[in-house]
Amino acid sequence: MTTQEVRLCGLLLQEHFGNVVEKVGTHLIRSGVLTLRALAHETKLPLDLVKKSLCVLVQHGMCTFGAGRRGPAGPVEYRINCEHVFHMLRYPRYIYTAKSLYGDTGELIVEEILQRGHMTMSSTVKTVADRLTHNMPEGQSMDYSEVVSVFSQLVETHFLQRCPPLASAGSSSSGAVDTPLPVATQPTEPESHPDCYKLPYINLTGQLLQSKHSSHTKKLFSGQPLCGDDDGIYWQVNFQRFHLHFRDQAIISAVSCKLDQSSSEIVRTMLRMSEVTTPAHAAFTQALSANEIFRALLSSYNIARPILDQYLSLLVDDPMEFVGKTGDSGGGMYVVNLHRALANLARATLESVVQERFGSRSARIFRLLLRKRHLEQKQVEDFAMIPAKEAKDMLYKLLSENLVQLQEIPKTPDYAPSRTFYLYTVNQLPTARLLLQHCYKTVGNLIERRLYETKENKRLLEKSQRIEAILASLQATGAEAAQLTEVEEMITVPERQQLESLRHHINKLDSSENQVDETIFLLKSYINSTQASR
Amino acid sequence: MAGSRGRGRSQFSFSVDALGFGRGDCLPSSAHTPSPLYPPMQFRPVPLHTGEEVDYMLALKQELRASSKNLPFHIKAARTKTDVARYSDKYQNGETKNNCIEWSPDWSRMPKELCIKVRKPRKTGERNSIIIITNTLEKREEEQHSEEEEDEEKKKQNEEEPDADEDYDEEELEDTDYIMSYFDNGEDFGADSEDNMDEAVY
Repeated sequence: MTTQEVRLCGLLLQEHFGNVVEKVGTHLIRSGVLTLRALAHETKLPLDLVKKSLCVLVQHGMCTFGAGRRGPAGPVEYRINCEHVFHMLRYPRYIYTAKSLYGDTGELIVEEILQRGHMTMSSTVKTVADRLTHNMPEGQSMDYSEVVSVFSQLVETHFLQRCPPLASAGSSSSGAVDTPLPVATQPTEPESHPDCYKLPYINLTGQLLQSKHSSHTKKLFSGQPLCGDDDGIYWQVNFQRFHLHFRDQAIISAVSCKLDQSSSEIVRTMLRMSEVTTPAHAAFTQALSANEIFRALLSSYNIARPILDQYLSLLVDDPMEFVGKTGDSGGGMYVVNLHRALANLARATLESVVQERFGSRSARIFRLLLRKRHLEQKQVEDFAMIPAKEAKDMLYKLLSENLVQLQEIPKTPDYAPSRTFYLYTVNQLPTARLLLQHCYKTVGNLIERRLYETKENKRLLEKSQRIEAILASLQATGAEAAQLTEVEEMITVPERQQLESLRHHINKLDSSENQVDETIFLLKSYINSTQASR
Repeated sequence: MAGSRGRGRSQFSFSVDALGFGRGDCLPSSAHTPSPLYPPMQFRPVPLHTGEEVDYMLALKQELRASSKNLPFHIKAARTKTDVARYSDKYQNGETKNNCIEWSPDWSRMPKELCIKVRKPRKTGERNSIIIITNTLEKREEEQHSEEEEDEEKKKQNEEEPDADEDYDEEELEDTDYIMSYFDNGEDFGADSEDNMDEAVY
């Protein structure tokens, strides 16, 4: 774990769970694996607080526990899963995706499960139905069966999955080795459980009714109340599936930017067809024939068969290599090159970063080095068509920022500088890792700045909250307009301006965090794809 | 190295062409201090994305942040007791305590050692030691008083009263803040003051 990653984890934990959990979590990340007693001793916190923090972290899946180095008889050891903590940065994106795919119900289901770590199906359905009914106008209510159907859809498309069972909670009839807890180093994959996506049968009929007469909504049950037969079956969000979806979205938008809308629709169709058949870390999708693609294309796109063939050949010839041709049967077999697409997207990100930070001529040098691999200083000046002095300046600047590396090739064994070739080169993978660390640092800085701004203006924020509360209570009890304006005037005009600018700054900082997170996702997917192929 | 220095004094070990600058060109100055914390940017950053999607995710983010503070997962350390136990402590039950967990996890999925055993606070037990000491002192005083009362009552041949008085005094002691032994009903006024003439009365 790098410094920046640890710092970012700490800030995220503090934002969501408070200072105590942040202290416990950061210490556990730095130490690797610890037992409860050691953790309490080293953080000097009361044992009860440490226990509570670990409960919270385990509930959210960020901490795993298992039998430690001394085997099953020894104390339990805990470790933090940092990737899971970083997912907290992306919660709004997950929720928005669920909303765009499954509507408000889907959005609320995913939001509830994200906030609570893992939940049973019946409690999720009940809470979501309550919330939806609350927001509906009087007299309408949300039927449980609708929520259940959306939940089932989410499970069928693998966006939600069952929490993996612990070995201790498993059956006593297992003939396996009788370990009370799974070994800490090998967490059970949720997908290894055969019932991972099986819905439990719960008896859910009924809905909440809102009484029309009372001013406060009174909830009456009609039909049978919710009874959960699914105790012990917990559901969690399948982050990997969401990430695959984001990756597909990135590829489709890249194609539509580079080529045009119709070609992106074709790629979208291809990806949709191979959603279930392609494993998560595959380098390319299953081969699809042009006939199949034509049949699967929605008629709304209005693409004729010969046009489809032309588009496919265009996609194959494109230097970005999103689509590849693997055979000629069935009108041509086509695949989407997932890993290559990710690599190209990461490369585009790197080039864009260099362009925005150092200018377009430096970006030209960077692109040149990416393409030609190794170049001498003179060759760089010639190929980039930039005067020598400026080229040297830019190269040295990129070198000092570690975006470009120097490779020495000696002619003689004594590495004499006059008899050595010095070649400039760019390695995409290490540069991507470097940029990823920069991104983590950036998000950490953004969060800290936001906390600082909030702290500076704490008094003003509290005052405005109090006044809003007063206004709300006055309006509820039906006060006159004069009283309301009098209360509103308690905030002076310069204070209002200050509040407005504070809100503007905080919105900007939050928005930046979301945007940097998109870059983090792209770079991380690229790095993971290179690791998987090894 | 020393040998070659003597022979070719004006020769450098690298040729000037390879470095890319000629003679007499001024080199960039060497760094004397660490680079500035906020170096001036050459190019302005690109503006942020805008749009409905971006705004919605921004609103979601801020809502999530606000609502996560109200969930039971947000753990605040219990405020450590300051110097003196105050009267208002008895009525501030809303304060979080360290030893109780505000939500109920499924203990079959968690290691048993994380379960916090909540001990029910006894009436006089969990308070500060000062109060305990005060209570024990009170008990001792009123035991003394009740002994004296017993003697007096026996003289009056009313044997049931002392028990009731004792019980009455002990019960009253624990419920109110008025310490019964401080209440002097005047019976011992003459007797005690004559006995303790030697010692100073505070």
